[in-house]
Amino acid sequence: MSLAVEPGELVVLLGPSGCGKTTLLKMVNRLYEPTGGRILLDGQPVGEMSTTALRRGIGYVIQQTGLFPHMRVADNIAVVPKLLGWKREQISQRIDELLELVGLPPDEYRRRYPAQLSGGQQQRVGLARALAANPTTLLMDEPFGALDAITRSRLQQELREIHGRLGQTVLFVTHDIEEAVRLADRIVIMRAGRVVQYDEPLRIVMQPADEFVSELVGAGDVLRRLSLVPVSAAAEPLAGTLPDGPTIAESSNLRSALTLLLEERAERLTVVDAAGQPTGTLDLRAIETAGIVPVPEATDAARW
Amino acid sequence: MVMFDYLIEHRDRVWELTVEHLQLTLLAIGFALPVAIVLALLIARFRPLNLPVLSTLGIIYTIPSLAAFAFLIPVVGIGRQPALIVLAAYAQLFLVRNIATGLRGVDPAVLEAARGMGMAPWQIALRVEFPLALPVIIAGIRIALVTTISLATIAAWINAGGLGALLFNGITRNNQSMIWAGTLAVTTLALLADQLMRLLERLTAVARARRAVG
Repeated sequence: MSLAVEPGELVVLLGPSGCGKTTLLKMVNRLYEPTGGRILLDGQPVGEMSTTALRRGIGYVIQQTGLFPHMRVADNIAVVPKLLGWKREQISQRIDELLELVGLPPDEYRRRYPAQLSGGQQQRVGLARALAANPTTLLMDEPFGALDAITRSRLQQELREIHGRLGQTVLFVTHDIEEAVRLADRIVIMRAGRVVQYDEPLRIVMQPADEFVSELVGAGDVLRRLSLVPVSAAAEPLAGTLPDGPTIAESSNLRSALTLLLEERAERLTVVDAAGQPTGTLDLRAIETAGIVPVPEATDAARW
Repeated sequence: MVMFDYLIEHRDRVWELTVEHLQLTLLAIGFALPVAIVLALLIARFRPLNLPVLSTLGIIYTIPSLAAFAFLIPVVGIGRQPALIVLAAYAQLFLVRNIATGLRGVDPAVLEAARGMGMAPWQIALRVEFPLALPVIIAGIRIALVTTISLATIAAWINAGGLGALLFNGITRNNQSMIWAGTLAVTTLALLADQLMRLLERLTAVARARRAVG
């Protein structure tokens, strides 16, 4: 496989278990060594760097958090800065900054132990710990996989915000397509150790490369598929008079739009941008069109 | 009262022997511990070694200590040295078993995180593995200390000194009071060692974290 990730991109590795997404991730920080080929980080082959120096420069977040249970939150976050020999005041200041960033008031959380935190809070600390030494690259291995749905979507949103603010290059492993679509700048779809498609989320959903991808994005499950398509992708531009139907945000998805249409018994919705300004309309026909899964022409391999 | 007569009349002698006894015990554990750490790391890392090593240590532990001392007389003679060898060997079982159990009990996810963050192997061992295993390790040292204190009484038979001297002399001279003095001193020593180690267990980072959770 060959894969290029641009600096500052949030790339999601998506695929079923055993497809090699975690293996790929762990080869970047050399927890696994490739049997062949090479991985370049900022143009440098990672195989030629010292493993400890390499890893200290890369943030690493895993599903089970891997927080050190015998250390307080502050000490957990301080691990890499300490390894790098930062000064004490500098570390202390950084801990406060990071706790603020991940939404945990420092005064309340610095001195807690991991076992005194909820799963979501633990993963926030995990993220803060990974960000501690200002890494330019972040590796995240199903970080939200063990969290309940509400906590997960809140953390997804915050990760997007944090990424927007700090601009690290992020590799994020998941097997949840909705999570992938919500987070990714680009998605790598993997299967049996190969890259099946590498594209922007919308393109993956609207133009799946093969039957495997089309199944993954919800062929045969219209509602699931609709939930993956943003309203902005199906909305029609405003024409003439301002419509008076119920409003829906551009960033919302078609499943929510459909729900709203049915609930309100409306004919069409007014699409609004983040500022609440109308930008277009959306009716059942438009939703329908976007909801049909394009089945790619079967290749010889896919036709058995 | 016969129980305390000797203890009170000869308290200097009893004190002297107690110090000797403690020295013997601590030296034995002091020698045993580094060996045990190496063995435990070995069997914790290489699973197939687990059974052979622990079985061997178990068998050593079942040899009657008196016989072990006797066997060593033609090899290293009598006195402190053979006593230390036997005591250190007997302590291995508890030390190795607990250290290995403690190390194995560390959550693999925590170790992976430690590696992924760029800790060197020695830093992981020193800052993560051993601190997390420490309560179980200290429990092992506690058991080893208490058994060694009791076992060290037999060492007096090969002139290694310690409180066992009171027991053996008491038996040959049919002096009940002397036997009582030795017994009381050994028991007190063992109980104190036990309590001290329990206190240490409570001072570990893991125990502190557990208390914080409540």
